Amino acid sequence: MTVQDHTRRGYGPDGYAPAPEARSVARLRPSYGLFVDGRFVSGGGGQMDSINPADETVLATVEVASADDVDRAVRAARRAYDEVWGPMPGRERAKYLYRIARLIQERSRELAVLESLDNGKPIREARDVDIPLAAAHFFYYAGWADKLPYAGFGSAPRPFGVAGQVIPWNFPLLMAAWKLAPALAAGNTTVLKSAETTPLSALALADIIAQADLPSGVVNIISGGPAAGQALVGHPGVDKVAFTGSTEVGKQIARDVAGSAKKVTLELGGKAANIVFDDAPTEQAVEGIVNGIYFNQGHVCCAGSRLLVQESVAEEILEALRRRISTLRLGDPLDKNTDIGAINSAAQLRRIAELTDFAETEGATRWSPPSCQLPATGYWFAPTVLTDVAPAHRVAREEVFGPVLSVLTFRTPEEAVAKANDTPYGLSAGVWTEKGSRILWMSQQLRAGVVWANTFNRFDPSSPFGGYGESGYGREGGRHGLGAYLAS
Amino acid sequence: MAVRAAVTDWGPTLPAKLPSTTEPERLAVWKTYKLFIGGAFPRSESGRSYPITDHRGGFVANAAQASRKDLRDAVVAARKASPGWSHTTAYNRGQVLYRIAEMLEGRRAQFAEEVAAAEGLSARAARQQVSESIDRWIWFAGWSDKIASVLGAANPVAGHYFNFSVPEPTGVVGIIAPQESALLGLVSVLAPVVTSGNTAVVIASAQRPLPSVTLAEVLATSDLPVGVVNILTGHTPELAPWLASHADVDGIDLTGAGELAASLEAAAAGTVKRVLRPPSVAPDWLGDPDLARLTHFLEIKTTWHPIGV
Repeated sequence: MTVQDHTRRGYGPDGYAPAPEARSVARLRPSYGLFVDGRFVSGGGGQMDSINPADETVLATVEVASADDVDRAVRAARRAYDEVWGPMPGRERAKYLYRIARLIQERSRELAVLESLDNGKPIREARDVDIPLAAAHFFYYAGWADKLPYAGFGSAPRPFGVAGQVIPWNFPLLMAAWKLAPALAAGNTTVLKSAETTPLSALALADIIAQADLPSGVVNIISGGPAAGQALVGHPGVDKVAFTGSTEVGKQIARDVAGSAKKVTLELGGKAANIVFDDAPTEQAVEGIVNGIYFNQGHVCCAGSRLLVQESVAEEILEALRRRISTLRLGDPLDKNTDIGAINSAAQLRRIAELTDFAETEGATRWSPPSCQLPATGYWFAPTVLTDVAPAHRVAREEVFGPVLSVLTFRTPEEAVAKANDTPYGLSAGVWTEKGSRILWMSQQLRAGVVWANTFNRFDPSSPFGGYGESGYGREGGRHGLGAYLAS
Repeated sequence: MAVRAAVTDWGPTLPAKLPSTTEPERLAVWKTYKLFIGGAFPRSESGRSYPITDHRGGFVANAAQASRKDLRDAVVAARKASPGWSHTTAYNRGQVLYRIAEMLEGRRAQFAEEVAAAEGLSARAARQQVSESIDRWIWFAGWSDKIASVLGAANPVAGHYFNFSVPEPTGVVGIIAPQESALLGLVSVLAPVVTSGNTAVVIASAQRPLPSVTLAEVLATSDLPVGVVNILTGHTPELAPWLASHADVDGIDLTGAGELAASLEAAAAGTVKRVLRPPSVAPDWLGDPDLARLTHFLEIKTTWHPIGV
């Protein structure tokens, strides 16, 4: 169906009947403990509420880890490493991971609704992307657990020991899977801290891990804010630190571990260029641009937040893009029709608004679909396109982490490369052209860890993901992601 | 002023100058040891030099004492060389590295004398260091067109996409060279960095820098493009912090950083540099090299494309 078809048939924000998922599917509990040494326990850091960003109601109360709790978790992980998980044959570890993958699949609907409630993302995305990929990651790395000598890291690769893992709020369960699966397959035990605003799906995963009968202490999952994260990263009993989050915090972690023996991988921010050449099919490119920046409300480190469009087709592409964005449905994340859900937190909403407002003061022109209505409660931001953006503008340099697309133009492939690479980040990039040799040339020239050609925002457990430059170091996914948890 | 001071300090000492002459009646021509930046051999812009002594404390030569400005110039040269060198074919890079070995081979005697003087080795032990240095270039030369096959991958993603990963050079890499092993240690850390297509800014051993300058002469005549390797002599604690914090340096090898390592690693965090920490035990450079140094300054790039008719 073409963009024109949408418009002609009158489909639009009001053209759908609501199709909401049932909230009860999430099996929300009023309160959640920390998962330490195989048991759910109370935390020394008090409690915090996890909020539904779509309506600002409290979903559940969650125990917060203190430094002492972090210490207990790390000690439990060490004991499990020394006594159980380390000595266990790889094929037995593999079977535990396969169990977890299966249990995620079996409880996928519950997890999808829970994730949508806690994060604000559309149920369609949680159901079709987050949860299946999380299961797939466990399934993929399960298969490595008994094949480590064949992975290309020497004949007897060894795990590091205890991994301290800190994850962000944009893909809470999926990021937990990205962290836990390769660490466990390699034979490490872990303490994982979820993000402050999205603790629930990680705790549901803890429940799955308990159901899988994983030995106590192999996986410990704690909730809390920056203090808990710092305590974990700085704990002397942690051998490996894996962090996904902001570049600012990533730099602080790199400073904190300096001079220690801790291994570190960092997956940080991005400011990806999505580059559209004049020979690209307009409708495919427009779908790619929309998916690139409005997927998950733009709360994506690899989001295609800078559209670089060849000057000769800029007007045509922008017109088609505005038409397509006008058909996006913003609203109740649990509605299966919803394309754009809620912004994850009030703080994030403020940052998006601040950067977008500042773009206007710097001379950018702002556009959002006139028909887009924001709900009265909750945290919402309309899909936004900024034109007249100069490469020096803050919005073209800083990560917005929201549904805000900056549009720049170029004339030659060389200029596109120069503009795309004009950033300290280097996580991802997109290229849209029908010319194969140009795709490969562009891919070679772009300083980005992932290049999507004629597609965008694709993820797979077998595919390495990670950045150049200030987007961090190390890879997650694939054989390379396994190597991040092995000493050769 | 620094130069005058050096004359005052060192003037009265009769030098044990290299290379030792075999014709006693002829007055030897002494070599001036300079920096190697962007293919040229400048003195330090600061005008500073410092005396280098052999292992017995005898004066050998004055080395240029590089400044922060020299270091910045070296980074500019390395950055300028990066696009060309990183996109040179792997086969071509391998041939250039092999050429370095050829050039070194032809100057074995000179290097053996310099290494013996710098490290206090017997003539035989020094020759072994030089031989291993030559062979090390050859080992890495052969890796240039194989590393992508070993580290790259076609990834079987669950969907109709062709997905492949290739290793690419990190970019500009700063190297704090080993302080003890003046030639073999330097070659062991430098060769893997440039093999994969990185360009390098090296801070040579502070007390034993002379073999690095002679190595620069080899590099300058080995078809290595200008700026791919830049070598600075001087005081490590003065130069290294600027290298570690430089925003246009993508990675840093702290092998020779000693007690500075932790603070340099912290400084490198400011731009999320890739950091290779110093080994926990002093390495035996005569031992077989492995892939670790070659893989540390690489980025894995993954490209997706749909499959369809």
